[in-house]
Amino acid sequence: MATTPNAATPADIPGPTQTLSRRWGGADDIAHVITLIAAATLVLIAVLLVYQLWILSAEARTKFGWHFFVTDTWDPVAGDFGALPFIYGTLVTSLVALVLAVPLGVGAAIFLAELAPPKLSSSLTFVSDLLAAVPSVIYGLLGVFLLVPVMRTTIQPALKATLGFLPIFKGPSYGIGFLTAGMVLAIMIVPFVLSVSREVLLAIPRDQREAALALGATKWESTWKVVVPAARIGIFGSVFLALARALGETMAVTMVIGNNPKIAASLFSPGYSIAAVLANEFSEATGNLYLSALIELGLVLFLLTFILNGLARLLILVTTARGSGVLPS
Amino acid sequence: MSLRLAWRKSLNVFMLSLTGICVLITVSVLFFILGYLVYNGGKDLSWSFFTHLPAPVGEEGGGMANAILGSLKLLLLAALFGVPIGLLGGVYLAEFGGRTFPFIIRYTADLMNGVPSIVIGIFAYALVVMPMHHFSTLAGGVALGVMVIPTVLRNTESFLVDVPRSLREGAFAMGANKWKMIATVVLPAASRGIMTGVLLALARVAGETAPLLFTAFGNRFWSPGWDQPTSSLPVVIYTYATGPYEDWHKQAWAAGLVLLGMVLVTNILVRAFLTRGTAYERT
Repeated sequence: MATTPNAATPADIPGPTQTLSRRWGGADDIAHVITLIAAATLVLIAVLLVYQLWILSAEARTKFGWHFFVTDTWDPVAGDFGALPFIYGTLVTSLVALVLAVPLGVGAAIFLAELAPPKLSSSLTFVSDLLAAVPSVIYGLLGVFLLVPVMRTTIQPALKATLGFLPIFKGPSYGIGFLTAGMVLAIMIVPFVLSVSREVLLAIPRDQREAALALGATKWESTWKVVVPAARIGIFGSVFLALARALGETMAVTMVIGNNPKIAASLFSPGYSIAAVLANEFSEATGNLYLSALIELGLVLFLLTFILNGLARLLILVTTARGSGVLPS
Repeated sequence: MSLRLAWRKSLNVFMLSLTGICVLITVSVLFFILGYLVYNGGKDLSWSFFTHLPAPVGEEGGGMANAILGSLKLLLLAALFGVPIGLLGGVYLAEFGGRTFPFIIRYTADLMNGVPSIVIGIFAYALVVMPMHHFSTLAGGVALGVMVIPTVLRNTESFLVDVPRSLREGAFAMGANKWKMIATVVLPAASRGIMTGVLLALARVAGETAPLLFTAFGNRFWSPGWDQPTSSLPVVIYTYATGPYEDWHKQAWAAGLVLLGMVLVTNILVRAFLTRGTAYERT
């Protein structure tokens, strides 16, 4: 049986193959190449993802151009598609979620980073992490059967009675709609705001707090006027991260937003979001143009979250690096 | 005590208690969700839920055995597809990487981690469903697998980097070459952490609904094969919760309880047992 040099395992066989294995670098290089291929696969997947979104949305992009973003008709039968109601719904629900979730999340992060003893802080953070692990369809389930009726019978009438002069709190109470979707989203993103803000606050050096306290500041003053401003860029980062989550959140929103492609000023009215229309119509899309328009919506969603995530990571990196003394502040 | 000081002190107490209330609200949401699901789903949970197929519309009873099996099959595919790539990629970043390429990979991983799951669904649709011309378990597995990769990769990297230099140098001093050092010293030392990451990533995608809607689709019956559509727990919850029948709603609650139970138990067990005690001191 003739053994060719190629068939030999490099590291084990002495003699002439040794030179080959040395030139090849041996097992180390094989391991290097294999792991490199795995890592490159991820990059390949990402490139392929962008490529497919771009190619498959070509028909809608050439047919509608920029009008796609400013038209508010969505008529699959006539083949007329505009993205505005979905973009509007996505932005409005996410903003409502931020308005509710950011004070709650940052407040809780302040308590966990500044006040709570380490043991309590880490176990409460654990609970918050579990909250982040709850599947979104579960939030949707509770939203449909618990929050929607409460909104219809209690919260929306109460808001109308007290703040009804504002255009955002007008109109009939359906229960479903922008406000309800925003509230479900808020609950879902609080854990993200909380855990990132807490990390950032903890990265602020101890002596800053002590200096403020030594000057006679109360605990709250040292926190609010010294620690939080020092951490504000990172907190903004956590907000962007949470916003990116909220924009792309699908199931919980789909189940409570009302699925009606209309633009309305009132938060009580049913609407639609990009992710929700994808969830509802993608598998039933008939015709290439319809599918292509939906995929263009997917592309829009991808770009939005891509930009926000990039920004968020940059901001968090800057603050935590400063706090740990890597960068001069 | 001057009025000003009294004001500052009471503001201090007020604001600090407010932050405490924020924590209380956040934490109580979890217990509320859990309690409400146990209350609503527990009463409709029976043995037949785990062993029977869904009953025809209008009939009482039935179960979700096909959805549970479907979810397990999808998770198996996701693990087969996503874990090796994530694991080896993480080894590359921690052990081999140069300068520019690892940066690109890390950035891509973080980016992919933030891509909405429904967009991943479109990707799997274009990659698997369009060439095959029909929905399939395979497509769902690919979608979930893509979501597993970045988490496993970044997590593996962070645990490998934490393995102390002395362990590596010890291995080299014993005459090991690099891949032997990685395979026999570094990976075992970090194995608990890596395992944690893998299980948490799988627990996360186990609850994903959006990427399955137009990949694995759904099925009222047992899925006939890997290349055929399959039911899964999250999709069934969505379909049943938004459906018009009272009996479907009950089943949705029961399925919600099962899903949440699986996800939370995995999370708690993994975090409690696997992260406790590593082979080395973590910083």
